[in-house]
Amino acid sequence: MGMEINKDLTAASSTRLVLAILAEGDSYGYAILQRVREASGGCIEWTDGMLYPLLHRLERLGHVKARWKFAESGRRRKYYRITSQGRAQLAEERRQWQAVDAMLRSVWQALSLSVPDSHRASAVASPHGA
Amino acid sequence: MPAPGHAVSLEEQIDQWRGYLHRRQAIHSVDVAELEDHLRAQIAGLVDAGLAADEAFLVAVKRMGNLDALSREFAREHSDRLWRQLVLVSDSGELRAPGRTNAIVAFCLAVAAGVAIKVPVLFGLELDEHRPEDAAFYARNLSFFVLPFLTAYFVWKRRVDTRTLSWLAVAFAVAGVFANVYPFAARGSTEALTALHLPIALWLVVGIAYAGGRWGQVGGRMDFIRFSGELFIYYVLIALGGGVLTAFIAMIFRAIGIDVGPFIASWLLPCGAAGAVVVASWLVEAKQSVIENMAPVLTRLFTPMFAAMLILFLGTLLWTGRSVDSERNVLIAFDLLLVVIIGLLLYSASARNPRSPPDAFDGLQVALVVSALLADAVALWAIAARITEFGFSPNRVAALGENVILLVNLVWSAVLYIRFLRGRGSFAALERWQTDYIPVYAIWASIVVIFFPPVFQYL
Repeated sequence: MGMEINKDLTAASSTRLVLAILAEGDSYGYAILQRVREASGGCIEWTDGMLYPLLHRLERLGHVKARWKFAESGRRRKYYRITSQGRAQLAEERRQWQAVDAMLRSVWQALSLSVPDSHRASAVASPHGA
Repeated sequence: MPAPGHAVSLEEQIDQWRGYLHRRQAIHSVDVAELEDHLRAQIAGLVDAGLAADEAFLVAVKRMGNLDALSREFAREHSDRLWRQLVLVSDSGELRAPGRTNAIVAFCLAVAAGVAIKVPVLFGLELDEHRPEDAAFYARNLSFFVLPFLTAYFVWKRRVDTRTLSWLAVAFAVAGVFANVYPFAARGSTEALTALHLPIALWLVVGIAYAGGRWGQVGGRMDFIRFSGELFIYYVLIALGGGVLTAFIAMIFRAIGIDVGPFIASWLLPCGAAGAVVVASWLVEAKQSVIENMAPVLTRLFTPMFAAMLILFLGTLLWTGRSVDSERNVLIAFDLLLVVIIGLLLYSASARNPRSPPDAFDGLQVALVVSALLADAVALWAIAARITEFGFSPNRVAALGENVILLVNLVWSAVLYIRFLRGRGSFAALERWQTDYIPVYAIWASIVVIFFPPVFQYL
């Protein structure tokens, strides 16, 4: 895609992204990152290690619970599961993001009339237009 | 191809990497295990995609990120493990030099505090039991001989910005005015209340300097709570040592016929006591990673005993049907009891890993808090019923206000704790409540210092 999301947006979305991925099912660090890469199509660049302090923070806040289990490889692996509190948090955050998204869209819609042609072409190609 | 050779070298490389991680104090071995699992999964994925093992290792390590940044992030998240800001502000390379500078600055400030306490002598004020007015001046102003130096130490150490610094200075100046402008009656209780509450109010100022920009965060305030507890313990230890030293000085000089009593009373004791606060603070900061923190150990020891004592007390109360004496001293005794209970709660909370699930000790804590609440409710009931009969003296109102503040804290703590035990809430909520509550004590203390003297006619 070639588009890169800036640091602030990455930081703001990372917690929600992780919670949402865990809402799909229990997972562990590496798999969560794989899922992030897959979902973002490569436009979010994370430093792998930074995921773990983030997971630990979610655990401290009670949004997720962690458990050590043995993986197929026989090594111990730490799995994370979202709690009901985490789901509630996710729902709340989602509501807020949707509100922001709707707001930006309505403002941008008005703006798109004045966007130069070359830009409009790429705007149509983006999934936002759908 | 020498596949086994490759495997060995990969294992060696992972070992080495693990070794690097282990050296970071903020990253515990369970985290290292978790990160290692990640690294191995990443390597396996890359090898499947066609990379050689050593290439895969390099890519995986690179993707893991810069270890300094990573361990700083871990330190930020797990400030309970390592509550020193050193890691957050400076790199490990420059740890040694500041250590010595810290010691020198702390020592100079301690000497300054020791000198400051003797400065009023130049203006004819003596610390002497035969001169009650001078003693009252010292009692009211005791905070100003010690706390500004302590604050200065943290301002210097944390590089507090000038805006905060000016607020801290204003706070001390305002406190200085209120401690000295009121025309207190001799031996009055409002004066005693001021002497008692001013240090509590100003302790918040020290806390803001201590947190150095992290006051807004739960972690920063929790660190200050930890610091306060450790400081108290260090101070008591230093005081004990000082007592032994003083006794020996008195003894050996008496052996040669010299009475050092006056020197001890007017120099050694006050200067030593003032300087020791700064020295103890420096020690807490310098030693916090060296020894295990004492306060949590003590709470582990005394929580069961206090819980047993309170349950026994409540049982006796029920069994004998006695009522609580409604004297003022009883109220103060119960205030102190609540302070101790909150202390036990705070210091076991400060050392607790907020991620671990509830255990038996948490149950014990709840029993302790609930029984303290019941005991206090009984006492409060007895006093409230008869307060109109006694009238509202400043001491009684202050003690009652404190009781209410402590009670509110404990009631909500109990609610949060029970929620946590039942799996409905997180331990972080309790931590947040306790740290958010800190300013309430300072506000009440300020109210006592500022409003009580005029309201009660400086009696």
